Amino acid sequence: MKKVPYRNQLSKFAAATLVALLLFSVSIFAQEDAKKGKQLFNQNCAACHALDRKMTGPALRNVEARLEEEGLDREWIYAWVKNSSGVIKSGDAYANKIYNEYNKAAMTAFPTLANADIDNILAYTAAEPEVKKPVVVAGAGSGVQASGSSGGISNEIILGALVLVFALLVLMLFFVTKTLKNIAAANGVSLEKEKSEKRTPIWKAFAQNHFLIIVSVIVLLLSSAYFVYGYFMQVGVDQGYTPIQPIHFSHKVHAGDNKVECKYCHSSARVSKTSGIPSLNVCMNCHKSIYEYKGNEAGPSQEDLENGYTNEFYTKEIKKLYKYVGWDENEQKYTGEPKPVEWVRIHNLPDFAYFNHSQHVSVAGVECQTCHGPVEEMEIMTQHAPLTMGWCVNCHRETNVKVEGNEYYAKIHEELSKKYGVENLTAAQMGGLECGKCHY
Amino acid sequence: MNSYLKISFVLALVFSLTSCFSDKSSRNYQYMPNMYEGVGYETYQKVDFLPSQMEAGLPVENTISRGHMPYDFSNSIEGKELARLQVSPLDSLSKKENLAEGAELYNIYCAICHGKKGDGQGTLVKREKILGIPNYKDRDITTGSTYYTIYYGLNSMGSYANQLNHEERWKVSEYVMQLKQDLTK
Repeated sequence: MKKVPYRNQLSKFAAATLVALLLFSVSIFAQEDAKKGKQLFNQNCAACHALDRKMTGPALRNVEARLEEEGLDREWIYAWVKNSSGVIKSGDAYANKIYNEYNKAAMTAFPTLANADIDNILAYTAAEPEVKKPVVVAGAGSGVQASGSSGGISNEIILGALVLVFALLVLMLFFVTKTLKNIAAANGVSLEKEKSEKRTPIWKAFAQNHFLIIVSVIVLLLSSAYFVYGYFMQVGVDQGYTPIQPIHFSHKVHAGDNKVECKYCHSSARVSKTSGIPSLNVCMNCHKSIYEYKGNEAGPSQEDLENGYTNEFYTKEIKKLYKYVGWDENEQKYTGEPKPVEWVRIHNLPDFAYFNHSQHVSVAGVECQTCHGPVEEMEIMTQHAPLTMGWCVNCHRETNVKVEGNEYYAKIHEELSKKYGVENLTAAQMGGLECGKCHY
Repeated sequence: MNSYLKISFVLALVFSLTSCFSDKSSRNYQYMPNMYEGVGYETYQKVDFLPSQMEAGLPVENTISRGHMPYDFSNSIEGKELARLQVSPLDSLSKKENLAEGAELYNIYCAICHGKKGDGQGTLVKREKILGIPNYKDRDITTGSTYYTIYYGLNSMGSYANQLNHEERWKVSEYVMQLKQDLTK
């Protein structure tokens, strides 16, 4: 055995230093603890626990103090975190009670967390709740608002001013003629009305000139035909259709800011004719955890505020989702009373035209934005493309088909390229303009 | 006075015509609506006589939909333990293609939280919208348990069984194990 002569002294010294440190720097030390704890908490615990809110697991604010009331000490917490199922199996009464209370959702074991780590996490849960920063935007925001929205307001001001000036001019002219007439009357000058009456009036001269009449009739007919044609051609075209949906779903927030893939929600676009509207369980994949809209760190933009898209507004829309899907936020349970959301369909081809999403999305690899426009920038979904036959055909004429890596059809592709004398085949040359492809 | 009347008449006509085109919250006129609207039920259409009132519905009781594959493990701790041992039924000879496809699907459905590398640093985590996503490196997972988790979901993670079919789930599971391997290297 080895002898360790000064062990006691050393440990005593260490303890004394620790006490001294604790004495002089309690607050700093605790803060450090809580900071590390927050990091650990967010990494390991936050998937199932929140501080003030029941999630998959219980809320954890002041958990140690609450457990103490149950007669459980820190050692119990260590054991629980590192291997909760072991504690449950050992027949611990409180462990079994909490396990059954939370629908027998087993807590992941964290054998990698050291006791010190758990201490840090507990320090974080026991720390005073962070006082929410007062809304800084209020002061600075109003300043920004004035300058930010000046573009919109100034236009209106300029227009208003122009209208005012115009009205003033008209009024002035009116008064000027009136005073001139008065002056003329006072001076006894008679206006030369009689003279002008002798001249043939302009419309009479026009009526007598047959050439002019024919030309103007032709011009009139042509221009009205142009407008009539334009009107008839836009019947049945819904470009720009922007209906009001039952839930204000912002593609800008989801696909733009948070970069959720289109196919995450519209998964059936990969494999089916229809690009499906996601069922509400897909929303709940994320919104089980995301129960309020916190927005960006910079806060809502000026444009959003003008439209009333505040954080509270979006949070209210999430609550609408909970109502439809039947999610009880407090109990973290489904009530089992869902209600279908009656979304208003925007893109709709007439029944006589066949269109298949999977053919375009999976086989051709066409980006969603090619037809649906910059959806990730749309606060409210709108129909970007006209969806007319001319529009379809045009794209088929211009788009080259990716034939690489498709050995099965290599021969037919080769023959077709030879026939048309081109290197890259377009969809139209592959038969994409056959009537029967889409109309049958 | 007569000319005023005429002018106002023209103005009224112009206004009434423009209002025909500017309303974007309702659909345009159609030439022959009964050629535009299908006789059959459209996807997601409201159907009055069905008990659910919807065209979209679950398979009739005691039937399965085409392509449905049964999953033998129950949604319980015991089921999960059994599922851990299951190996991928996919052809190991086409592993490369399977992994490529798995990667593509993973990047659509999983990477938003779990991160492109599987380190738990997806966009939503970085933006602090969803927290506590584990690194695959730190978790004791197998191909079977990954499939199980995709199928049933786990805690805050929902089930992805309706977005990915049987084969796609296995492809993603294999790719997840590949990521775990890369991370532990």
